[in-house]
Amino acid sequence: MKILVTVKRVSDPEAKLKIKPDGSWIQTEGVKFVVNPFDEIAVEEALRIKEKQTGEVVVVSIGEKVVTEQMRAALAMGADRGIFVNYTGSYDSYDVANILQKVVEQEKPDIIILGKQAVDDDMGAAGFMLAELLGYPQAAFASKVEISDDKKKAKVTREIDGGLEVKEVELPCVITADLRLNTPRYASLPNIMKAKQKPVKEVTVDALGAAVKPRVTVKKLTEPPKRKGGVKVESVQDLVTKLKNEAKVI
Amino acid sequence: MKQHFFTEEHDMFRKSVRDFVIKNLVPHANEWEEAEDYPKTLFKTLADMNFLGIRYPEKYGGMGLDIFYDIVFYEELYRSRMPGLCLDVMVDTDMATPVLFKHGTEEQKTKYLTKMIKGDAVFAIGYTEPNAGSDVAGIRSTAKKADGGYVLNGSKIFITNGTWADYIIVAAKTDSAKGHKGITLFLLDTKTKGFTVGRKLKKLGHHTSHTAELFFDDCFVPENMIVGEINKGFYYIMEGFQTERIMGSVGVIALAQVALEDAVNYAKERMTFGKPISQHQAIAHKLVDMATQLEAARQLAYHGAWLLDQGEDATKEISMAKLNSCEVANKVTYDAIQVFGGYGYMEEYPVARAYRDARMFTIGAGTTEIMKEIIAKRMGLY
Ligand SMILES: Cc1cc2nc3c(=O)[nH]c(=O)nc-3n(C[C@H](O)[C@H](O)[C@H](O)COP(=O)(O)OP(=O)(O)OC[C@H]3O[C@@H](n4cnc5c(N)ncnc54)[C@H](O)[C@@H]3O)c2cc1C
Repeated sequence: MKILVTVKRVSDPEAKLKIKPDGSWIQTEGVKFVVNPFDEIAVEEALRIKEKQTGEVVVVSIGEKVVTEQMRAALAMGADRGIFVNYTGSYDSYDVANILQKVVEQEKPDIIILGKQAVDDDMGAAGFMLAELLGYPQAAFASKVEISDDKKKAKVTREIDGGLEVKEVELPCVITADLRLNTPRYASLPNIMKAKQKPVKEVTVDALGAAVKPRVTVKKLTEPPKRKGGVKVESVQDLVTKLKNEAKVI
Repeated sequence: MKQHFFTEEHDMFRKSVRDFVIKNLVPHANEWEEAEDYPKTLFKTLADMNFLGIRYPEKYGGMGLDIFYDIVFYEELYRSRMPGLCLDVMVDTDMATPVLFKHGTEEQKTKYLTKMIKGDAVFAIGYTEPNAGSDVAGIRSTAKKADGGYVLNGSKIFITNGTWADYIIVAAKTDSAKGHKGITLFLLDTKTKGFTVGRKLKKLGHHTSHTAELFFDDCFVPENMIVGEINKGFYYIMEGFQTERIMGSVGVIALAQVALEDAVNYAKERMTFGKPISQHQAIAHKLVDMATQLEAARQLAYHGAWLLDQGEDATKEISMAKLNSCEVANKVTYDAIQVFGGYGYMEEYPVARAYRDARMFTIGAGTTEIMKEIIAKRMGLY
């Protein structure tokens, strides 16, 4: 069983971000970068499937050289090897799906697992687009994944509004990982030391034959409006009046 | 930010330890501090994460890595806000067992060091006695030659892990006439007849640490449990102090670092006279001084650690690091309370605890005064 997992480098969700004065992007100086938390869950799931089935876990990261730091972190969790797509321009979800499609065509994995979204731009689109481009069945927002004994199907439980939905998809397929799918393991010290020796193949977008033509571009980032302090109301009547006249919600 | 002594692997390891500490220790901090105790099984948990043998060779179950991995581990362990627990673990890995590794027999290492690394046994080291602390040569416990071994008599005080250690490295006089040239180290199994643990000592801080008074009443220690050579114990202790002192420096800096971070966060939130106190210059400058002194202390400790790891005689630098870091950390935790105002004095705010916990460090593993004595000698002043 070969499993391909995506790992994106994102700013630490705990960090307090500042926007660049020209509003083009966030200020990255002094900001810590981490593996997108949903991708970490995706890696964990891939490792669990591998441990049950035997096989290989391959990590893909796209971006500048620095993204290999996060790829190493995934290798330190236990993934077997990495594919680093060296690309320095801007890209959107569709570009990512295009690049991944080419990687999948070369690698022919049985399962592709992505985080359901990256916590930096929260687009949550690449997984769907990739499945569409590949013509593969997909199960998004997985909270449980079970591989059939004959390794031909995956039973995926998804969290949907008001309950759970169970989907059965044929392999190869695309799965996106939701928060409650698992708790990612700590990279153990022996695995951290081994990660350095694991092979990482560097490829370019051109060599893959992928087209990158962003259709979505970031025009400007702005801070959310500052929240004003609340007020204490004297009585229920007061509250109702304010909700009606000031907040205009009732 | 890039740091001279740390590679990408160190950083990954830091993340692992931090996640571990946040998930497994932080949630228990208040409960364990209140109880002045924690489950001994924690050693096993830490061992399963490969945390206890970071610097020891793989053939004993360790990882065979450089000192900065160990430093990363302790810097993050102190984020548990349980310095007492951290001290217990540090005594186990970096204060009691190094002498066993350095001077123990192959049999002792394969039998006992491996147990520590696996988390199956907890170690303590006892040199301090009611009548001799700084003056190690003045200990009075004795070990008399007997058939097939030695018979231990005497007592020890302030022994970390003393209440629950499975093995204790005990310093005793094998030649009472000879002062520091008459001390030998023994590896004592605490199941030995005649060994008793006195009180678990109540302390100003380090509440989660298991500090005890120990008694030896005709304890027989077989020949094969002598550590190193007879009458060389004093030298082994002095040598071992180098690791103890550098790791102690790392510990107290980590403790103060957490207090500093708490103070910075608090200062940004706490409003007085219409603005956060971090924007009153007196508080801002105080925080700057705290951060600056702590950073300088940390870099000196790293330098000492590096020298030690290179196998250099770094006694002067390490003594300076110990002297400086312990005093700086005390000042930083003192000032952290000032930033918190009345809240800082309240038990429910962790800075109150940090202040008490920092206090131990100018005493344990060699006092500030003794550090100055060592440095003075190395400066050729005496
Ligand atoms: C929490 C805790 C844990 C400890 N854990 C251990 C342990 O695991 N194992 C162990 O063996 N010990 C342990 N100790 C003991 C510790 O190492 C000693 O307390 C320390 O070495 C000082 O010895 P003392 O307490 O006898 O003080 P003393 O030596 O009596 O010193 C009293 C004062 O006199 C000063 N002084 C002494 N001699 C001189 C001098 N020549 N010149 C100038 N000033 C001097 C000292 O600096 C100090 O200020 C622990 C102590 C504490 C507090």
